[in-house]
Amino acid sequence: MAALLELSSVSKSFAGLKAVQDVSFSVPEGSIVALIGPNGAGKTTCFNLVAGVYRPDAGEVKLGGARIDGWRSDQICRAGVGRTFQLVKPFAGLTVMENVIVGALNATAGVREARQKAGEVIEQLGLGPKLDHMASSLTLPERKRLEVARALATGPKILLLDEVMAGLRPTEMDHMVAVLRELNARLGLTILLIEHVMRAVMALSAQVIVLHHGEVIASGPPAQVTRDPAVLECYLGEEAV
Amino acid sequence: MADPHVPAAIYLNVAVSGLLTGLVYGLMALGLSVIFGVVRVVNFAHGEMMTIAMYIAIALFAAFKLDPLVMLVPIAAVLFALGYVMQRGLINPFINRPEHSQFMLLVAIALIMVNVLLIIFGPDAQSVQTRYAFDSFQLGALIVDATKLYAAIAALAVAAALFAFFRFTLAGKAIRACADNYMGALVVGLNVKQLYALTFGLGAACVGAAGAMMVLLVDVTPPLGPAYTLLAFVIVITGGLGSMPGALLGGVLIGLTEALGGLLFTPSAKSMFAFGLLVLVLLFRPQGILGKRQS
Amino acid sequence: MREILLGGVPRRGLVLLSILLALLVALPIVVNDYLITVLILILYFAYVGQAWNLMMGFAGQLSLGHALYVGLGAYAAAALYVHYGVSPWIGLGASIAISAAAGAIIGFLAFRFGVSGVYFAILTIAFAEFARIGFDHWSWVGGSAGFFLPVANYTRSDLWNLRGSPTMFYYLMLAMTVAAFVLCHLLLRARVGYYWLAIRESPEAAQALGINIFRYKMYAVVLSAAMTSLGGVVFAFYYNNLFPEQVFHISRSIELILGPIIGGIGTLFGPIVGAFVLTALAESLGEIMHAFGIDIPGIKQVFYGVCLLVVVMFLPDGIWPPLSKALGLDGKRIQGGDKPGKSDTGGGG
Repeated sequence: MAALLELSSVSKSFAGLKAVQDVSFSVPEGSIVALIGPNGAGKTTCFNLVAGVYRPDAGEVKLGGARIDGWRSDQICRAGVGRTFQLVKPFAGLTVMENVIVGALNATAGVREARQKAGEVIEQLGLGPKLDHMASSLTLPERKRLEVARALATGPKILLLDEVMAGLRPTEMDHMVAVLRELNARLGLTILLIEHVMRAVMALSAQVIVLHHGEVIASGPPAQVTRDPAVLECYLGEEAV
Repeated sequence: MADPHVPAAIYLNVAVSGLLTGLVYGLMALGLSVIFGVVRVVNFAHGEMMTIAMYIAIALFAAFKLDPLVMLVPIAAVLFALGYVMQRGLINPFINRPEHSQFMLLVAIALIMVNVLLIIFGPDAQSVQTRYAFDSFQLGALIVDATKLYAAIAALAVAAALFAFFRFTLAGKAIRACADNYMGALVVGLNVKQLYALTFGLGAACVGAAGAMMVLLVDVTPPLGPAYTLLAFVIVITGGLGSMPGALLGGVLIGLTEALGGLLFTPSAKSMFAFGLLVLVLLFRPQGILGKRQS
Repeated sequence: MREILLGGVPRRGLVLLSILLALLVALPIVVNDYLITVLILILYFAYVGQAWNLMMGFAGQLSLGHALYVGLGAYAAAALYVHYGVSPWIGLGASIAISAAAGAIIGFLAFRFGVSGVYFAILTIAFAEFARIGFDHWSWVGGSAGFFLPVANYTRSDLWNLRGSPTMFYYLMLAMTVAAFVLCHLLLRARVGYYWLAIRESPEAAQALGINIFRYKMYAVVLSAAMTSLGGVVFAFYYNNLFPEQVFHISRSIELILGPIIGGIGTLFGPIVGAFVLTALAESLGEIMHAFGIDIPGIKQVFYGVCLLVVVMFLPDGIWPPLSKALGLDGKRIQGGDKPGKSDTGGGG
């Protein structure tokens, strides 16, 4: 499969601290890839580099073969990248529907179409009953779903999900996994997710990339990666291996 | 524009005069910088508070012939109390509210202050004429007004006292901690509410002291307040938020700009230069000349 | 068309609005001249308040120098009329162009250079002050001595040159306020409105959803400036004199934002409710003081300030949101506890 998203030797430092060092990986079109690693490994920084929040100090980011590094985040979204935030950012003063309409407007010509599309996405994510509730009145799991719905409504080619499972109960998590699987199977939506919850990682991803101290230390199918000694060492420490 | 018949000595004198006045401006702005830098509240009543101090000085002088500079400490103390109470009582709930809410609160307070002063003292200009009001010192071609020199020295003294407070006392360090890291301060067990009130009080005391000095330099009317609030902001932003030397530097720069601008162009246009400087700073060095870049 | 214009407004609201509008149209017939001038003032503040609300409530930028646009609009139309006999209906083109340009410059400088929050507010003050001092020294428009429009007698209404009785200005202001109101309503239901609200709530999230923040903020600033300038045109032709000290003064800027803040920022009706309440308050305080024989200058302002204080402290969202809920006009069902403000709502993780 062709690579939809490709990072080549990407590096980023903040005030001397190397957050991401010479990272290269690719996300094949139509696949679900997980990006894991201990806290501070540089996962969210990678997302931010892809999504245009930061510009890489070195290296290239390509979407569908075209370079997008250095672009603004709104340009990158229009190019087909949807993303969620680790600390959710709902539009608190707007209703759920209005939140998702904002996203949908990226992919539609007018508000009427956007409303329709938003309605569909809201149903998919199971937020139907909360359609005209204010976003500020939602519980955390519901806000996470809203975050995903909003990003999904933009009609992305690839969805970047930043720890969407955190704080969810097992049933809620299963639901989210099912929704993501379905989107991937039915629409061919490519997904790159940052996750700590291994259960979701194993259930969803075809490929796992492991970051540690800003570098890729392992990459491959989940079963293989989770047995890799280097990976175990970075999570559990030297003595444990 | 610049009149070729004006001797160079005039420029020097005007510059020095502007510099001295600028130090008093700087003290006023120092108060604002401390408040904004720590409590993060935009004190739109800052100039009005200085006007209150000025009127207290005038009242004391009129009643007891007491020199404002001598009454510096009591006046500053009164303003300290005012600031402390304002913060503790009114402003504290507004710390996390949106900017326009804080702004409205302080505009309302400022409005009340200006008009209470108007009711008590009337609209006519008043001033303080000390014994030495018309004295001056001469150093060659340089002629320096006694009032300006004393005021400037007093300003430096108060500023130095404030620096020392923040550097060497426990309370001062605690306040700096709050400014740097609000959450951290809470976690460590600092009584942030108390410290905020203390800070506001200190800022008010600064502005009160500045008022005691300023009353020697200008005539006072109640509507003077808003103009000084604006000036204080211009100075703080120019000199650098969170930088105490910056506030003084900003004050001196603005004092100089105003004085020289007034001389080179027309006196009534002098604040235009202060604003011009402000716009430039906001665009090219928003953290101010001596400020630290905000993360 | 009907759906676009009336969609989203609860039926009860439409009924109330129609009644209100009918009342306002009929008012001059029953009411004396003095009250008409008060109403003109209310409508003026409702109008410019709404224009300011566009920049603040929708794009989230606090402008404390909006008097700049009033002044530029006023002077542009007035100068063209006095010097070249150009009708204000044509002159307003210049007013809009100049104010829009000023807004664009301020917006560009602010947004390109990342000036926001308090700093943006101070920047707007600086520009207004600049204009105040600049116009003070510009003799072509009268300088500090003032600029005067020839005053016609009020028996004949000349709408084309905006010369006429207060009643004429009343209907003009009413039409403008209604138009501003309708415009904002339409904008809020369009893409630009949704994008503005998104930017206000969370610029980061908005950008991640494909919104070009710079462009939409510029739209808000320029539109707000242009709308405000029309208020300035009416100001010039109603009062017939312009002094830079008054027109561009910071008190004017503060005056015109009191209405929206008290009424409710970001809401459609906030500025209008605020304008009504504030002007009614000021006038009635004046009457009460007069009735009690209290005539100390400044005491009215003190009470005014206290009332402002009370509203700000206990009605943080303004008067309109709780009022609209009480009247059952609020379309949204479930309200949350968080207020849209500076901080993003945090999550877990």
